[in-house]
Amino acid sequence: MEKEKIKVALVGQPNVGKSSLINAIANAKLHVGNFAGVTVDISEVKTTYCDPEGCAEYEITIVDLPGTYSLNDYSMEERVTKEFLLHEEYDLIVNVVDSTHLQRNLLLTAELLELGQKMVVALNMIDEAKKEGIEIDAKQLGVILGVPVVPVSAKTKEGLEKLKQSVVEVYKKPKTDSKIIYSDFIEEEIDRLVKFFEEKHYPSEIPYRHLAIRLLKEDTQIYKRMHDEPIWIELLPLLREALDHIYLHTGKKDINEIFADEHFAFAKGAKMEVISTKQMRAKNLTQKIDNLLINKYLGIPIFLFLMWGLFQLTFSLGQLPMDWIQAGFDWLAAQTHALLGETQLASVIADGILGGVGAVVSFLPNIIILFFGIALLETTGYMARVSFLLDGFFHKFGLHGKSFVPLVTGFGCTVPAYMAARTLKSRTDRMITLFILGFMSCSARIPVYVLFAGAFFGTEHAGNILFLIYIAGALFGLMAAKVLRVFVFKGEDDPFVMEMPKYRLPSLKLIYHVVAGQSMDYLRKAGTFILFASVLVWFASNYPKNPELEKRFEAKIAQTAAPQEKAKLQGRLQEELLAQSYLGQVGKATQPFFAPLGFDWKLSVALEAGLAAKEVVVSTLGVLYSLGNAADKGARALQEQLKRHVSFPAALAFIVFVMLYVPCFAAMAVFKQETGSWLYLAYLFIGTTAVAWAFSFLTYNVVKLLV
Amino acid sequence: MRLTELRKGDRGTILRIQADPELRNRLHSFGIIPGEELEVKGCSLARQTMEIDVDGTLIALRKEEAEKIEVEKSVSAPAR
Repeated sequence: MEKEKIKVALVGQPNVGKSSLINAIANAKLHVGNFAGVTVDISEVKTTYCDPEGCAEYEITIVDLPGTYSLNDYSMEERVTKEFLLHEEYDLIVNVVDSTHLQRNLLLTAELLELGQKMVVALNMIDEAKKEGIEIDAKQLGVILGVPVVPVSAKTKEGLEKLKQSVVEVYKKPKTDSKIIYSDFIEEEIDRLVKFFEEKHYPSEIPYRHLAIRLLKEDTQIYKRMHDEPIWIELLPLLREALDHIYLHTGKKDINEIFADEHFAFAKGAKMEVISTKQMRAKNLTQKIDNLLINKYLGIPIFLFLMWGLFQLTFSLGQLPMDWIQAGFDWLAAQTHALLGETQLASVIADGILGGVGAVVSFLPNIIILFFGIALLETTGYMARVSFLLDGFFHKFGLHGKSFVPLVTGFGCTVPAYMAARTLKSRTDRMITLFILGFMSCSARIPVYVLFAGAFFGTEHAGNILFLIYIAGALFGLMAAKVLRVFVFKGEDDPFVMEMPKYRLPSLKLIYHVVAGQSMDYLRKAGTFILFASVLVWFASNYPKNPELEKRFEAKIAQTAAPQEKAKLQGRLQEELLAQSYLGQVGKATQPFFAPLGFDWKLSVALEAGLAAKEVVVSTLGVLYSLGNAADKGARALQEQLKRHVSFPAALAFIVFVMLYVPCFAAMAVFKQETGSWLYLAYLFIGTTAVAWAFSFLTYNVVKLLV
Repeated sequence: MRLTELRKGDRGTILRIQADPELRNRLHSFGIIPGEELEVKGCSLARQTMEIDVDGTLIALRKEEAEKIEVEKSVSAPAR
């Protein structure tokens, strides 16, 4: 039997557990965060419901709209949600409400009711409310709102079936009974307008009552639409009179403010009528934790300590599985060579593909730990506290406390970080944040840092060096922000008003979804883009062939008897071959540009290949430095090679360059999309490259003087 | 008096919000509305940002925004 399709728009304020609810209903993979605006893109999931009576099957598509406090066009998310609700096709709204913050949540509910769409209210976190001693009379609330109200909990799964059932029931109804009752003086004016429409038999697809309300609210779209209709002439004086009455009554002339007051009165009234609070307990826990975590003096040290701990954990705990993965790939490469012999095919598989992708995959443990840490900070509600702590500091640099979220996300990957910057309302704040995000060292750069820090400082110091690199990148970002704020993007500050969500124990399932999703993204990148890049690098470093050179060296090798001499000559041959390859040619052509930084052509090539993605820097170096002696590949061997061929000042300069230049092609594409300007992308590319070059130059020369 | 003049632990009632409509709407949607009670829960270093509790919701504000909220300080802290 054909399933009937129902499209549901899921709307709610941030932190009401909307995405958790979707996860519980459809078991879908969705990113959920305990922070305003983690879900920016619109995502969809499907679920089915079988009506027990007619046994008709329904396919319910749930559209997860970004969390929004109101329909005011305040931030990007709010605009996205409002646009969707007003202009897209859907059958009904499910408004998710946090039972523990009923009054504030009902403000949005009131606005939604005014849309005149069919609606169901889901009273989420009902279990938490019960624990806090809050009891809500859902039935009574349903009567007040004129729509079904279903108590649910994403955590305990209670009420989920009932919610689906209500959705189907409301869907089957011809129209909505939703209502929001205003003060008498507004109701009178609404009645008068409705009566006028009735007398005129005015054709309208939305109910007269909603039409009247939207006219009184000075809804631009309705005005635009009705403006050209004949009825307008008669309507206009009525409307003017109605508004005059309202102004007279309230003593205010701002119709938005008047209706906001109405919504508030409605929300407060509804809450008073349905809620009975016994005591507050859970709130005190949040309070106690907050006393410590956002303490005036202890807050920031605690935060820095947690971050430091996370980085240490990332690199000490990640080391072991990293070695295993590396060993596994080495074994595979050796097997390939054994199986296929010294052929071109063996070379492309073992040295090109396995070498490149293996290097990337071996960093997966580090990345999982880091993503896990960030997800933990996000879902517990700690991130919001950090914004609070850091706003004073950030504000001095022309940033917003909220910039913290994209900036921290930037330590994971710059691509989602660019998208996370959409939470910033003011264009100025957003642009500045977007421009400096690249300075936050993304996880793809970790391999490069680990490689160089390990080679030149020893593995035991690598964690500390990494921490320093991250701090340095962040400081660069802040300075760049200040410069941009003073010279480029001048303008009004965005007000800082944000909710501090309650502390929550994160559900493991949620964290698993987030970490698994992000790790899969990383692997997918490794599997496709980086695979392609490493084959390209392999090709460019193996061709064109030079049989003459090879013959000459082989003759020499045949002449020498000592095995040591033989190996030396073998190495010389590899180097000569590389130098005349396409890759060598490109590196040599651009080498003058990098020469003042102390980079040889191999490092230059690695940096250029790194424009594709930072992981490619490592795989390129791998190919460049260890081709030919396949037996001793892997991170350790590469580090040995680097130590032998690269000077200490040049290595530091290389780290600085990698830290500061653009992250990758993907990031550049997203940057263009988020700023909407090719020109800005050009500025970003030229600006960061210039900064990277200048500071590498400085590092190289200063360190050379000191060492 | 202004919200910024309250100290940690002080309670007060919101009297007036003197902000442009955009910010006022924003505050409104958080439940920061004249007539409501609030309690100052904490301040960050140098009082750059403050945390207030309005009807059970914790809200963080910057000094510039808090200055626009006029409050009346409650003399004795009533038990809720």
